[in-house]
Amino acid sequence: MVSDAGPLLETRGLTKSFRSLVALSDQSIRVDRGEIVGVIGPNGSGKSTFFNLISGFLQPDSGEIRFAGAPIVAQPADRIVRLGIARTFQGTRLFQALSVADNVRAAAELRQRTGLAAALLGGGRRRRAEAAVEEITEELLDLVGLTARQENRARDLPYGDQRRLEIIRALATRPSLLLLDEPAAGMDASETKVLLGLIDEIRTRYDLAVIIVEHDMDLIMNLCERIQVLAHGSKVFEGTPAEVQAHPAVREVYLGHG
Amino acid sequence: MNMGLYIVQQGINAVSLGSLYALVAIGLSMVFGILRMTNFAHGDMMMVGAFGTLLINAAGAPFWLAALCGVAVGAAAGVIVERLAYRPVRGAPDVTLLLTSLAVTYILENLGILIFSSSPRNFPIPDIMNSAIQLAGGQITFTAINVVTIALTVAALALLGWFVTRTDVGLGMRAAAEDLGAAQMVGLDVDRLIVVAFAIASAFAGLAGVLWAAQSGIVEPDMGFTPLLKAFVAAIVGGFGSISGALVGGYVLGALEILIVAFLPSSVSPYRDAIVFGLLIVFLLFKPNGLMNRPQEVKL
Repeated sequence: MVSDAGPLLETRGLTKSFRSLVALSDQSIRVDRGEIVGVIGPNGSGKSTFFNLISGFLQPDSGEIRFAGAPIVAQPADRIVRLGIARTFQGTRLFQALSVADNVRAAAELRQRTGLAAALLGGGRRRRAEAAVEEITEELLDLVGLTARQENRARDLPYGDQRRLEIIRALATRPSLLLLDEPAAGMDASETKVLLGLIDEIRTRYDLAVIIVEHDMDLIMNLCERIQVLAHGSKVFEGTPAEVQAHPAVREVYLGHG
Repeated sequence: MNMGLYIVQQGINAVSLGSLYALVAIGLSMVFGILRMTNFAHGDMMMVGAFGTLLINAAGAPFWLAALCGVAVGAAAGVIVERLAYRPVRGAPDVTLLLTSLAVTYILENLGILIFSSSPRNFPIPDIMNSAIQLAGGQITFTAINVVTIALTVAALALLGWFVTRTDVGLGMRAAAEDLGAAQMVGLDVDRLIVVAFAIASAFAGLAGVLWAAQSGIVEPDMGFTPLLKAFVAAIVGGFGSISGALVGGYVLGALEILIVAFLPSSVSPYRDAIVFGLLIVFLLFKPNGLMNRPQEVKL
């Protein structure tokens, strides 16, 4: 069990520019353990940059990112995953030619790594690690109903299943914070509803904090406890779904985009 | 000699030659699969492996032990080149990596010339490897080195197949070859996976170098150049970046070359390479992604 009292994730003064374009400016956020937070804003408002900075894909020009109390800026991306931050991508970035199960296994290995020597020599430690990987993989495939298709190549799955596979692949790394980048993009209303149930379930089952970047207002309003609104790289407003919906400036910024 | 036996004889030659191409092509394809980089210095690991064997053998080690060490030296050289030359420019535009690998080729070949001079050296092998094996009452003849080449290649391929499909590091390598960024995002240490890829690729090239030298009887600093070009063709035919594609491509190329030499008029033989490269161009017109690859998907 987690005993830390402080926030799970905290950013302060986070700034990132690409040449003359300021993608994110002086952004700050605080996410507690087990919380679901939404980040919304029009295209180009800095949402993806925000995710890329936290997950170590990009380095900020200035500002602080603390995870479980420790600074994580300048850590390599795979190290950040090891600390407990997992993410999905806009669209999907599955290992297309690998089987559905191998996509999950490749991620589940993170907590079971026994080194090259053990991989080559086998032995009891390696067998236990393999058993643990199989257990996690089966559990997660079952969670999203992909057990029957586990030997299919990832690329052969229907789009909705690919999205779900990417979510469980992220879960297989055993994160305490999950970043979902537009999980409902391209989904119809009924698929979005299933997704909503899934996110809610994994949050409880795995004791996760979740940050969702999303355009689908239904999903965000129904799922999130708190929402941060970004525009042109800056925080415009932060509050509960009800407060966000009532805020005139937010309506203008976000809904004005169409 | 009747036609059937002649075909068997040439078939053995084709598999033996194809094995060498496959060994080199697999490493080339493996590195390309992960880094999207054409490693021109790959052929030089053949030279490093063969010279390593020669030196260790000359120092008194028995040939087989020397060959094993030579392969290990080839693997180590590949890892060192990755660490010193390629890792610092990783993430730079593709052309930078390409030029870096060309530079490494020149450095290695000139180092070879500096140390060993540019003239070919004898590559002594145990007599047993030169002994002729005769089948069908002497109608089929091949040397033991052909058998050794085929057997070692099959063993190396089986080991690689097991490693890639049955171990966690192998799974990580397949994932990294699919999408390096996503691999990092599930916590894979891609630096380490790249080192493993270079070690395996260079060990295979080193093995090919030892076998190549054993077949031709000589070692020279630029011995890797022609096989590299051939392996390049094999890898592209198979689908660049695909290990199984490189394997198939290697054997297709070996068979093609033997076909040209064995069944076309002998006046055509000198144009063997020209024909092979010409066929490559035609092949690419019809199947630009090779035999085993799907069209490249654009990654976000």
